Amino acid sequence: MAQSKPQNVFAPWDDPNEVPLIRFRNVTKRFGTFTAIDSLDLDIYRKEFFALLGPSGCGKTTLMRMLAGFETPSEGKITVDDVDVGPIPPNKRPVNMMFQSYALFPHLTVEDNIAFGLKRSKMSRDEITARVTEMLRLTRLEKFARRKPHQISGGQRQRVALARSLAKAPKLLLLDEPLGALDRKLREDTQFELMDIQEKTGTTFVIVTHDQEEAMTVASRVAVMDHGRIVQVDTPAGIYETPNSVYVADFIGDVNIIEGNASPAGEGRVSIHYAEGAQPIIAAADHIPDGQRVSFAIRPEKIVVGTEPDPDRTNQVRGRIVDIGYLGNVSTYHLELPGGQKFSAQMTNARRLARRDFTWDDEVWLSWTETAGVVLTE
Amino acid sequence: MNLRRLLLIAIPYLWLLGLFLVPFLIVLKISLSDTAVAIPPYTPTLDLSGGWASIKEFFGQLDFENFIWLTQDELYWRSYLSSLQIAAVSTFITLLVGYPVAYGMAQSPDEWRPTLMMLVILPFWTSFLIRVYAWIGILANEGFLNQFLLWTGIIDMPLQIMNTTTAVYIGIVYTYLPFMILPIYATLEKMDGALIEAAEDLGCSRLSAFWLVTLPLSRPGIIAGCFLVFIPVIGEFVIPSLLGGSRTLMIGKVLWEEFFSNRDWPVASAVAVVLLILLIVPIVLFQRNQQRQQEASQ
Ligand SMILES: Nc1ncnc2c1ncn2[C@@H]1O[C@H](COP(=O)(O)OP(=O)(O)O)[C@@H](O)[C@H]1O
Ligand SMILES: [Mg+2]
Repeated sequence: MAQSKPQNVFAPWDDPNEVPLIRFRNVTKRFGTFTAIDSLDLDIYRKEFFALLGPSGCGKTTLMRMLAGFETPSEGKITVDDVDVGPIPPNKRPVNMMFQSYALFPHLTVEDNIAFGLKRSKMSRDEITARVTEMLRLTRLEKFARRKPHQISGGQRQRVALARSLAKAPKLLLLDEPLGALDRKLREDTQFELMDIQEKTGTTFVIVTHDQEEAMTVASRVAVMDHGRIVQVDTPAGIYETPNSVYVADFIGDVNIIEGNASPAGEGRVSIHYAEGAQPIIAAADHIPDGQRVSFAIRPEKIVVGTEPDPDRTNQVRGRIVDIGYLGNVSTYHLELPGGQKFSAQMTNARRLARRDFTWDDEVWLSWTETAGVVLTE
Repeated sequence: MNLRRLLLIAIPYLWLLGLFLVPFLIVLKISLSDTAVAIPPYTPTLDLSGGWASIKEFFGQLDFENFIWLTQDELYWRSYLSSLQIAAVSTFITLLVGYPVAYGMAQSPDEWRPTLMMLVILPFWTSFLIRVYAWIGILANEGFLNQFLLWTGIIDMPLQIMNTTTAVYIGIVYTYLPFMILPIYATLEKMDGALIEAAEDLGCSRLSAFWLVTLPLSRPGIIAGCFLVFIPVIGEFVIPSLLGGSRTLMIGKVLWEEFFSNRDWPVASAVAVVLLILLIVPIVLFQRNQQRQQEASQ
């Protein structure tokens, strides 16, 4: 397990001596009067697989295009390796981009597409051939080297685009929704392939996606964006387990949100009063002022549903089953609390369906521990 | 195959037969005949009332005399060569002028494009003849161009442009420019802008991205445009007659003179048949280019 060998965990962002490869300092990008990127600060470290996650139109592509050099910041500074890249044109940057549309040259064969960038550098003919062969092998495209882009499948085109952007061994590789056009199965395979290639080449990857599952799968860290700002940057687990806002909690995965007023309940704990007459929720939290309006967020799978309250868990609430969604390995229970709040809980189907203890309209107990959810103030 | 489908397929073939093949066969027949002072001005004419014998006699009188004549008088082959040369040079000039225009149109903001397109095809709304006459008004010794140049003091003698090959080139390039611009614009316009960004991202300067990506990708448009100019210019008659005077040799003009000045229909027909045979080569090449382009875009 990674936890037992902390010295091997890749976490340069926790090391104060580590210098980031990329730094955004107070970067703003405006298109006319519209602000696409709003005074953004961001550090990305060497060998990271960094994911930008956010809804459509939040500025992910704009951020990437500024890194590649196709847009210049209206304000602020971007540095790569401590060099301000502002005045450097795209063809002089140590950055390559894999385009959302792949942008393969239709008049060139697969190998000529891959060699395109190499031929612009001072490499010798033999070196280029060797590098192209290596890239073809890495992306398993040897058999298609002589084909034109329109003669290969979508998945193969995507790999050509990847090989082409990797061929020059850039310091930084930008991937703009690279898997958007692929079907689910191919997508998952390719995600692992990408991670594998990233590990083998040691290149820093920045990937744009609007698919939260994809971000969670591939990334070392995830930045969640909204309206040109970064709301939270953290590891996938950090984003999932300790979101810093309702926006992030809601954006990543399913979550139950209950609003209420907080009051201190002993060392490192608060009680949240969310409904008249209901037992307050006890949750671990620091520095919450008395009477503060808060949102309590808890993931469905952190809740235990049972016919009896679970005595080991601090919070026990009665609920009525409204609906059950059976997904094979797990079931999702849609419940209603006495105060009318909607809640969902997820349990693995350890038993066969026929032996389940409860069904629609049953009154059940929901139980969870103090640390199962998070208390959010924004 | 049912009757309806047969009929549908038959229509274009009947069209071709009636409007191309039959007239061509008539021209071919005339080209094999002899001149005569008669109406029509050639013999023999087919007389079916005489039965089988007269048909046999009719075919017996046809010969290749006129084609042999074409090879004996150097006027003809020099006219053919001169036409080919004028067509090739003016196609090249049209390309040099048309490509930047098409490129500029493709680069301009989306909302301007329909207007620019309109401007390119606007000249088609006036008669072709009037536009060529307008050029006489511009290029003549007392024309606008010379008056302007004299007024600015750049020259002190009017330039002789009218009735020279230069005037023919100007007229041809002006007239055929839209045929060059439109197919090139069509290929440039549908090109994905991300390709240029990708080229720059991979280390190309603006200029080399143009050479390595834009130009090769617009090749089908260039080829189509060149054929669309080259093929009709070879047979061009109005422009060399009106702007080129007697000094410009073009086969279209020779053809016209044989028909209307000499009233030598058989020789004129022979000239036309040879011209058609010459044109078949570029037309077939053009068709191939179009077909390849269609296949590539599928
Ligand atoms: N060249 C541009 N001109 C004007 N607005 C733009 C331009 N590029 C992007 N935008 C706007 O900036 C916002 C962010 O766009 P983008 O970065 O493409 O979002 P994302 O990739 O996250 O979907 C969008 O609202 C978009 O309309
Ligand atoms: Mg985007």
